[in-house]
Amino acid sequence: MPEDQVLERTEQEHPIAPGYTFGTVTDQIAAVVMTKHTPLFWFLWFSIGFVLLQGLLVSAVLLFWKGVGIWGIRMPVMWAFAITNFVWWIGIGHAGTLISAILLLLNQAWRNSINRFAEAMTLFAVMCAGLFPLLHMGRPWLFYWLFPYPDTMNMEPNFRSPLVWDVFAVSTYFTVSLLFWYVGLIPDLGTLRDRAKSLVAKYTYGVLSMGWRGSARHWSVYETAALLLSGLATPLVLSVHTVVSFDFTIAIVPGWHSAFFPPYFVAGAIYSGFAMVLALAIPLRSVYGLEGLITDRHLENSAKLMLATGLIVAYSYIMETFIAWYSGSVYEQQAFWNRMTGPYSFEYWFLITCNVVSPNLLWFKKFRKTPVLLFISSIIVLIGMWLERFMIIVSSLAQEYTPSSWGLFHATRWDWATYWGTIGLFLFLFFLFIRALPMISIFEVRTLLPQAKVKEEVRG
Amino acid sequence: MAEFDDPTSLVMAAKAAYQQGFRKLDAYTPFPIEELHEVLHLHKNKLPLIVLLGGICGGLTGYLLQYFVTVIYFPINIAGRPLHSWPSYIIITFELTILFGALAAVLGLLGLCGLPMPYHPTFNVPRFSAATQDRFFLCIEANDPLFDLQNTTRFLESMEPKEVSQVAN
Repeated sequence: MPEDQVLERTEQEHPIAPGYTFGTVTDQIAAVVMTKHTPLFWFLWFSIGFVLLQGLLVSAVLLFWKGVGIWGIRMPVMWAFAITNFVWWIGIGHAGTLISAILLLLNQAWRNSINRFAEAMTLFAVMCAGLFPLLHMGRPWLFYWLFPYPDTMNMEPNFRSPLVWDVFAVSTYFTVSLLFWYVGLIPDLGTLRDRAKSLVAKYTYGVLSMGWRGSARHWSVYETAALLLSGLATPLVLSVHTVVSFDFTIAIVPGWHSAFFPPYFVAGAIYSGFAMVLALAIPLRSVYGLEGLITDRHLENSAKLMLATGLIVAYSYIMETFIAWYSGSVYEQQAFWNRMTGPYSFEYWFLITCNVVSPNLLWFKKFRKTPVLLFISSIIVLIGMWLERFMIIVSSLAQEYTPSSWGLFHATRWDWATYWGTIGLFLFLFFLFIRALPMISIFEVRTLLPQAKVKEEVRG
Repeated sequence: MAEFDDPTSLVMAAKAAYQQGFRKLDAYTPFPIEELHEVLHLHKNKLPLIVLLGGICGGLTGYLLQYFVTVIYFPINIAGRPLHSWPSYIIITFELTILFGALAAVLGLLGLCGLPMPYHPTFNVPRFSAATQDRFFLCIEANDPLFDLQNTTRFLESMEPKEVSQVAN
């Protein structure tokens, strides 16, 4: 093999653009935070988030005042938007943990420039998700009844209920994601502390970095901690959506009571999560000029993962329908027939278009290499995945066993205000994050530089 | 304390210092360097054990909590199902295992590193702020039995660093 081909190959395998040094990497990422000049793009999206967030506050206050009846939930469809949004947001969070934990264990170096903001995305998405079951409770101020504690009523939660499992799964997921994210931030907070000019910034980052000084003794423990946390987060992330799917499968509603919901839900979660990663990364990297760190290769890899999980989801739809027919249960068959031809058929076929038909464009390299198209396709996937959860929840509940108890769901303006409000909360938190903390892990990107390799002669 | 430009010279210096017999030495780098851990013999630490204990503790807490509540404290007969219905305990046992394991990992990390530590003598070196950015430092501490201000300074200078400085306590 000619020598130049070998060289080309190593070039291609390198996850970030050539020409960076330890200094320029640090400068470029820290400059986003350590600047007096905030781009107009930031103000625009921060204000959109802020305005939508006010919608959430208004609808939450009204909900406390009047009760859950302000939403369109009526018998028999009592879950509707709240649980749809809950599952959608939780699913979006999954890609962050996948990138930070599973890809770390698999030694995928390209993850290093997208893991930080993906983890932040996880955190904020889980916050938005957690709001829905709380608001949906009817009496949200009694949420602590979900936890086992010695109370004066002498009552305890039912540990045989998937809804209680969900409380434990989601709160563990949030806590572990927060810890993982914070541990990852410590060395970078040290960097920011050492670069900060103003006293307030110096003290804030100084306190948050807890006196990190990059000691080799600390790094060796740190690396072990990162590996162990990834090892713990990996089964956790797979379990969370499994438990979420138990909320459905343990019930006997036709269209829910199915054994393959766990893998189907996990694949769907990662699918929507990568869509959100792309939807955030593509605009951010062009506004902040980070194309050298979040390269086309990152986008392409994410797109490939999106395609792969999208195909698993498509397979699940086919199997779901097949099993409904093969089960011989008229109720199962009717549930699926209703989805395709009944009152929610428009949503069903729209969902099939978004989730099954459109991702096939990602087979083309040219498509994966065009950020604008990728951005559009990720938004389509996000819409499709929301519709999937809507379909599973609403259409199954609307037409259950007895036709006399059938009823349709109509969303009210407060349903929409709450949903868009959580999108606002997400944008609000996310844009605060990119303004105040490094959105790319600086120290992990440093390890990707060719200079970071210790030369052969010293080893051994 | 000596300052270096690139990881290779730091690892070489650390190796030489270790071979000279210095043991109270530490390196400060902007990112983890695998070879440095090898040279300084830092590969073993107690964190995995701490996490294992945390995980076991979490698993036991999860299972015993559910056993206590459903069998002893608040037994309810639902459709004749056994009070000790262990399959439905699996999830919460698992979640608490992970939760306690992760908490043990983070607290263990902080404990083993002695963080938070807002003050450390190295922060007195003016150029030390580069240790979290793009420079590599090797520090031989004064409490090392072989430490001698002049000889140690000369030794560090022989490693061709950018700068050798003294750390005020």
